[in-house]
Amino acid sequence: MNGVHDMGGMHGMGPVEIEKNEPVFHAEWERRAFALTLASGFRGRWNIDMGRYSREQMPPAEYLATSYYEHWLFGLEKLLVDEKLVTANELATGRAEARAGAEGTLKASEVAVFLRNRRNARLDDDVPPRFKAGDRVVARNIHPAGHTRLPRYARGRHGVIDRDHGVFIFPDTNAMSRDKKPQHCYSVRFAARELWGPEVAACDSVYVNLWDDHLDPA
Amino acid sequence: MSDPVHEHDRPLSGPALRVKALESLLTEKGLVDPKALDELIDTYETKVGPRNGARIVARAWVDPAYRQRLLADATAAIAEFGFIGRQGEDMVVLENTPKVRNMVVCTLCSCYPWPVLGLPPVWYKSAPYRSRAVIDPRGVLKELGNEIPEDVEVRVWDSTAELRYLVLPERPAGTEGWSEDELAAIVTRDAMIGVAQVTAPAESRR
Repeated sequence: MNGVHDMGGMHGMGPVEIEKNEPVFHAEWERRAFALTLASGFRGRWNIDMGRYSREQMPPAEYLATSYYEHWLFGLEKLLVDEKLVTANELATGRAEARAGAEGTLKASEVAVFLRNRRNARLDDDVPPRFKAGDRVVARNIHPAGHTRLPRYARGRHGVIDRDHGVFIFPDTNAMSRDKKPQHCYSVRFAARELWGPEVAACDSVYVNLWDDHLDPA
Repeated sequence: MSDPVHEHDRPLSGPALRVKALESLLTEKGLVDPKALDELIDTYETKVGPRNGARIVARAWVDPAYRQRLLADATAAIAEFGFIGRQGEDMVVLENTPKVRNMVVCTLCSCYPWPVLGLPPVWYKSAPYRSRAVIDPRGVLKELGNEIPEDVEVRVWDSTAELRYLVLPERPAGTEGWSEDELAAIVTRDAMIGVAQVTAPAESRR
């Protein structure tokens, strides 16, 4: 979706301010929002791409006016209701209408293993690559209303395949319909001038991870 | 003025109250176990962080064979230290040289290599960094105190897939003969994201 989350190349957002000796969390509710999101995700009712898409659907004015873990909180509430783990009424009142079984609930003793397990975005499906390192490509000029990992600033731009990372889940379909649509994911090198015009440094470049379905030969 | 005694009487507003209500609800429904939440928080607050990445960098600086393995297959080389799992499933290491500076961003949100750097800092997830890193990396670097000479190439890596990047900074002059631990101590999070260089503090030079 052409959402406000797709920020690459926007102006007016202000200076980058690095906080000295920054704590991992800035408030207790951030800790809990973070952990609630991971623990709820453990149930496997949604995938990581659905998680990202849920946050992208926050209304744009709200997205810009709120902090990072508020985006997470919005996304978590949406997923819990969409995937029927919680009803809208329960969320509004804070009172449980029915209990779920404890089955599938992450326990403290399982956390270490849960975090160390690979989540297999990389697949071993035997799918031939459409491109190889050195190939010239053009990113498709597409504007899907749903989730996509093809940022607006790269659409319609010419680049070169830097490397083929192998076969991965395709997030654009995995987020919308749980269709993994296994295909190759590449690092595509775009010259900075191809993206931003003649005023940027000639030697600079931006590398974007894109999938076969984002690319055409150029 | 905030009146904590009566907060529960008011409609829920603000993220703190919303999160509290949500945790109570999910706990009551049996969907989460608060002890597991404590464990998740403790992991990223006290166990996993940029000191992990600093050990990788220091090893690469002192051990050419490790450096080679790291650049050829970062996931496997990093796993030698036991740094594996969530948000670090597939790692790529980007080597800085006198002529190439690498800088990592996630313009779409906040992708970041958790097992080696921990959770991302606020600035990395912020609109200013996400919007500007790709269109004006030299401007961002300059603001942060790194002016990049014209003949040095800047490569920006937008983390749009489940690949996670770690920048291998250049080893600073004046650190010849330092032990791996001494080197790890000067490697910063920001250098491993690619917005700073590693410097040897004058007082610690031997």
